[in-house]
Amino acid sequence: MNWFAFEHCLFCHGELKTAASWRSVFLKTEREYICGGCKNRLEPLKGDTCRICSKVLEAEFRKGNLCYDCIRWEENPHWSGLLTQNISLYHYNDFLKEIIARFKYRGDYVLARGFKPDIASAVKSMLFDCLVPIPLSPERQYERGFNQTEALILESGLQPTPLLSRIHTEKQSKKSRTDRIHLSQVFQMIPEKIPDINGKTILLFDDIYTTGSTLRHAAKILKENGAGSIYSLTLAR
Amino acid sequence: MRFALQTNKLVPAPLLLTSQDTLSISKITHLPVIPGNSSFVCNPELQKLLSGKQLLLDDLPFPLEEIQNHYENGMLSYRKGIETNGSTHECLRCGTKDPNWFASFPCSRCGEPCVYCRQCLMMGRVSSCTPLISWTGPVPAHEHSKNLLQWEGSLSEGQSEASRRVVHAIDEKKELLLWAVCGAGKTEVLFKGIEHSLAQGGRVCIATPRTDVVLELTPRLKAVFPHIEVASLYGGSEDRHKYAPLTISTTHQLLRFYRAFDTVIVDEVDAFPYSVDETLKYAVQQARKPDSSLIYLTATPSRKWQRDCRLGKRDYVTIPARYHRRPLPVPKFVWCGNWEKQLSKGRLPENILRWARQRLNEGKQALIFTPKIASMDKMLPLFRKLHPDIEAVHAEDPERKEKVMKMRSKEVPLLLTTTILERGVTFPNIDVAVLGAEDRIFTESALVQISGRVGRSAQFPTGDITFFHYGKTEEMLQAKKQIVAMNKEAETRGLIDG
Ligand SMILES: [Zn+2]
Ligand SMILES: [Zn+2]
Ligand SMILES: [Zn+2]
Ligand SMILES: [Zn+2]
Repeated sequence: MNWFAFEHCLFCHGELKTAASWRSVFLKTEREYICGGCKNRLEPLKGDTCRICSKVLEAEFRKGNLCYDCIRWEENPHWSGLLTQNISLYHYNDFLKEIIARFKYRGDYVLARGFKPDIASAVKSMLFDCLVPIPLSPERQYERGFNQTEALILESGLQPTPLLSRIHTEKQSKKSRTDRIHLSQVFQMIPEKIPDINGKTILLFDDIYTTGSTLRHAAKILKENGAGSIYSLTLAR
Repeated sequence: MRFALQTNKLVPAPLLLTSQDTLSISKITHLPVIPGNSSFVCNPELQKLLSGKQLLLDDLPFPLEEIQNHYENGMLSYRKGIETNGSTHECLRCGTKDPNWFASFPCSRCGEPCVYCRQCLMMGRVSSCTPLISWTGPVPAHEHSKNLLQWEGSLSEGQSEASRRVVHAIDEKKELLLWAVCGAGKTEVLFKGIEHSLAQGGRVCIATPRTDVVLELTPRLKAVFPHIEVASLYGGSEDRHKYAPLTISTTHQLLRFYRAFDTVIVDEVDAFPYSVDETLKYAVQQARKPDSSLIYLTATPSRKWQRDCRLGKRDYVTIPARYHRRPLPVPKFVWCGNWEKQLSKGRLPENILRWARQRLNEGKQALIFTPKIASMDKMLPLFRKLHPDIEAVHAEDPERKEKVMKMRSKEVPLLLTTTILERGVTFPNIDVAVLGAEDRIFTESALVQISGRVGRSAQFPTGDITFFHYGKTEEMLQAKKQIVAMNKEAETRGLIDG
């Protein structure tokens, strides 16, 4: 019997040497998709993190257990309390930037599966009613061929519940932070879904948490349409 | 994208006026062929961009209507990007069939599970519903005159013979292997052939695995062909959309070409990654016109190619001598015992130390090749006991360029290196040693290249090359045999001076 299964790492295409121990044969533990080297280059967010957005706190940019950005959000009555908590899995370091760029912009869909174990275990520890991907505009989705947040959910073996659609189609990255924050409306509810969300706990899913504006815009629309509390999960922060 | 299959043509779904059955292009068994309409006036910009290429719709900044109009008039074709047979797939752009390189995704463009190729993904994703678009209309004309070549230099006897053979192969549209020893001056040998092809209105491509070589060749060729437009292609280069009679490209960038060239010259056929990568062989085949010539250049053909040459199965010409007419330095074999064991005890074999000390005393610079980075790191402090300025360099070394510069400016008396300096880099007056020549990284071709670092310049045409080993290998013997055979041939042909 061959105890070694040779496959390729999804990220670097290096050989993946998986020792098939008795444990994995009988307990059917999750197979590996990425190699140890690549796994080590993903940096989990650890240590003293912001209560709301899970940013790693630095002494000079914090007040209590909140980061400056979240303090600013919470001071604004328009946005305060919309997002109960965001969990992000990894630092948006150069390695992850490269992987996400290949995934999102080059369209290497299957890379999503490399994050499956971590996404699945993070989701397992959270209580929610619907897992909602941040949508793309139809033009952008056609251009890319898929929505990256939906892909991450599906490839983690979970079911996405699309509730939102995008109103604005311009590239967000071309705008300054203030522009992004003050854009009146980015998302709208899919009308048929409104009755489904009353009082529900929503877990929003996005690939990257940058300013937190995208997630808060989504949270706002959901709350206005009757949702209970809103949490979010992102790959990178 | 989905297409409707109408009588003798495909119509992209976004252009359909009425609702019709549509299919992903991979599911259409027979793609219609549309004859060219000779009275059609094509868009010259599109013609320039697409001639000799295979591109994706995303690469073409033209309205879909205009592209379709060219298609319906036989100016361009839609081909499948991925060919699927049962459960196996082939990428028709890069040629891979390896199942490890394919994955599937729920595609928003065709609304079906769509298989895509991960091997050539960086050039834009090719999936089951992606058409590869190529030009089938008339190609842009380029001016061709006589006397394109403006070069004052002269060829050695060996080079002249090879140059004649290259011209002949280009004339006959045949394949030819040009086997030229390190330092023979192979680039100049191509000049006449390139001129010949250009003068007939042909398109010429020089492909090489390494970007450095593209960057080095481009100014040289621009200088000798001052009236010819030259496109220089590598990852991230600006000439990507330039239509030029003479193209210098990394082998990888060839994947965007389709039936483009009358003459393709492939440099360093033996070098990574060409020899290991079937894809790049496929790329060369795709990029050349069906009726074209193909010239391979190498200093160290694989053993299979050498055998093919001997058996007359492959047309070839050798330049067995260097431009300066002195024989190639022949490697000496010196047994140095279990050097790895010695190294683990913080020692180096006595004979390699003696070799190094001698060079340092005489003030002659030297390169020492070692098989592994880990052992090189252990060696460096031991060698530094002989001289504090000794350095070590490897592929991932961020100071690689600086260290090579310091070697050039003679600030470094002795440089330890992995195989990264095996080709390309030349220092005028050095001795070379290999420590651990038995390691499997030192193939015949690597060892011939390494030996080829010695005695390059006419001013210093000799030097010492020693393989320190813990057991002779077949590769070492073959490398020496190849060098000796080249010297012998050069002598017989009168290409070296006593
Ligand atoms: Zn990896
Ligand atoms: Zn925060
Ligand atoms: Zn491919
Ligand atoms: Zn598709």
